[in-house]
Amino acid sequence: MDDRSFEKVRGRLLGVSRRDFMKFCTAMAASMGLPLSMAPRIANAVTSAKRAPVIWLSGQGCTGCTESLLRPSHPTLEHLILDLISLDYNETLNVGAGHQAEAAMNKSIEENHGKFILVVEGAIPLKDGGVYCQVAGRPFVDTVKETAAKAAAIVAIGSCASWGGIPAAEPNPTGATGLPEVLKGSTVVTIPGCPPNAYNFLSTVIHFLTFNKLPALDDKGRPKFAYGRLIHANCERRPHFDNGRFALKFGDEGHRLGYCLYKLGCKGPMTYANCPSVLFCDVGSGAWPVGTGHPCFGCTEEGVGFTIPLHTQADVSHFTPAAAHPPIVEDQGSAVTPGAAALLAGVAGAAIGAGAVAAKKLGEIESDKEQS
Amino acid sequence: MNEAKPIGGKIWTMPFLFLTAIVILAVFFLAERFLFGLGSVTNMNDSYPWGIWIAYDVVIGTAFACGGYSMALLVYVFNKGEYHPLVRPALLASLFGYTLAGVSVIFDIGRYWQAYNIMIPSKMNFHSVLLEVALCIGTYVLVLWVEFAPAVLEKVRAERQLAKLNKVIFVFIALGVLLPSMHQSSLGTMMLAAGHKLSPLWWSKSLPMLFLISAMTIGYAVVVFESTVAALAFKRPLETGMLSKLSGLIPWLLGGYLLVRLQDINGAGLLPLAFSGGLQGNMFLLENLLLLGALLLLIYPINRSSPRMLFIAALLIMAGGGLYRLNVYLIGYDPGTGFHYFPSAPELLVTFALIAVEIMGYTWFVKRFPVLPAVKHA
Repeated sequence: MDDRSFEKVRGRLLGVSRRDFMKFCTAMAASMGLPLSMAPRIANAVTSAKRAPVIWLSGQGCTGCTESLLRPSHPTLEHLILDLISLDYNETLNVGAGHQAEAAMNKSIEENHGKFILVVEGAIPLKDGGVYCQVAGRPFVDTVKETAAKAAAIVAIGSCASWGGIPAAEPNPTGATGLPEVLKGSTVVTIPGCPPNAYNFLSTVIHFLTFNKLPALDDKGRPKFAYGRLIHANCERRPHFDNGRFALKFGDEGHRLGYCLYKLGCKGPMTYANCPSVLFCDVGSGAWPVGTGHPCFGCTEEGVGFTIPLHTQADVSHFTPAAAHPPIVEDQGSAVTPGAAALLAGVAGAAIGAGAVAAKKLGEIESDKEQS
Repeated sequence: MNEAKPIGGKIWTMPFLFLTAIVILAVFFLAERFLFGLGSVTNMNDSYPWGIWIAYDVVIGTAFACGGYSMALLVYVFNKGEYHPLVRPALLASLFGYTLAGVSVIFDIGRYWQAYNIMIPSKMNFHSVLLEVALCIGTYVLVLWVEFAPAVLEKVRAERQLAKLNKVIFVFIALGVLLPSMHQSSLGTMMLAAGHKLSPLWWSKSLPMLFLISAMTIGYAVVVFESTVAALAFKRPLETGMLSKLSGLIPWLLGGYLLVRLQDINGAGLLPLAFSGGLQGNMFLLENLLLLGALLLLIYPINRSSPRMLFIAALLIMAGGGLYRLNVYLIGYDPGTGFHYFPSAPELLVTFALIAVEIMGYTWFVKRFPVLPAVKHA
């Protein structure tokens, strides 16, 4: 994006410098695994005059997902993104309340029919006609179904919206269900995590705005750029696993030395997420659960998080420890051996001798010629 | 070209038998190397991935084999036809030098069974200087054999093939001048990548140029050396007239080389390091004193017409130029704390065996094929 086009949108960026802005777009491209040449396209999409409206519905959740969305620690960029996606309705962030808020939502849904992005946070209870979660006197499930029919794209943010999460944990008294289950037949992007990484959500939305289509998804609706690999594959403590160095108790020596948490019940070997590489809160290395010394509990993986007990050992299906390791102490070479030195010196001496003899012979030939 | 003639004579002389014994011994160690790995025979280690097999056999060996290059440059590019009788023996020496350098690389590659990959375009790493050197030397070996083929064709009286070859041989001669210019400078470029691991007495941006000029200079020195030794060994008349004229070139090349080399060191303020008395400093002084000695000898025309002075100067250039390359590749190279390298006795033996093969091959060819110019009886 050149200076002139940046000037046009500067007013809406709340004082973000052009350099910071392009850095943000480049980081977004990188986190989605797109070529960096896409950054200008992202910049144009992000600053286009027509902002994509977002309707954010909250069901059985703790609003942690909304909180995490506010946490990307480039403060100005947080404003930028709220500005960018034109967050028309979010129960946690709305200024208005009650009928006023509901009216605003309905107005936006009608005005942006088929254009807005629907984000659902929290699980949806289905038991007893969905009466266990009601907003404005209506069962949540009805609002979700009605709104989803008019949306351009549907995103389930957080583990609760993705498959039920905590509300759906046994014995699941309210019949809590995930959004894909409720909206069978429509494409639902799921961004599981408790809370999910805000950048995974932002990247998905920006991908949609830039290319007018959703990123590649896996069979559980998760964007592959973020959920394509096991945590175990990229974990910074992986070398300890491979070498059999484990923390056995919280606070033991291995734990203090930062050894592998597998034996404390880490679910990294079963959980697909990019936590080890994207990290949280932009504060540098180690800012993710395993980095702080707590085993991963599998929050992004249905059937693992909130299902398998915290300290049960995970199944390791692949990435088992290596059978052999390269040596740590390497051979640094030996000093001169007498044999080798003698051999080299002998040959060098012989060569010098041969050269001298040849030179002498040449001298004789020369003097012979002079005499004759 | 028709003047060349095989000199004849017995092949299995005493020296020949002695050299054969060295080769047999080396074959035994090479078998061990190929069966049990580099570590079982050589003293190379993780920080010295190359040793004498590269430093001598390839880097110095190909410089000593630059006679063919230097002569082709002179005779065909600068059109000095008067030196033509020197071309074919020079080519023969180059042929062995380069072929054996290629063979030596196979000894040196850890996983030699993967070596063929370098010929497969999809497997090539185009950012590697080593790839350029490998392809260039590989091609040049082929080119050298084609350049030398007329001698073999004359011997077997394959006149038709010879006529055909003579029509296209200019392409190969052109390549024979181009390719060494490329890879001889690349041998210097390669050590640019070594950065701070190479002592500042040798690391300089002029490395590629210094390698190229020194290769040419050594090339002419080797022609003088080889012609003189052949004359002494086979009791033939000396070619002093041609050699003294040829060696008029050397002071220019050598002077240019030393000017760049010493100004490089002086300009970087490194002269105190050279005189610091350590191994590297002393080697630097020795290397340049040898070359300076040759320059001082050859500057005087009277010395250039003396076969003895010519021969001594040629030896000094080969020793100094060879030491320069040995310094760049091994003595001036320090990969980090704790690592040592000095070739093991078997390693040295393999290198000596390669030199032995060179001498044996050269002798056999000049005795059986038309290489050396025919002696005109007075």
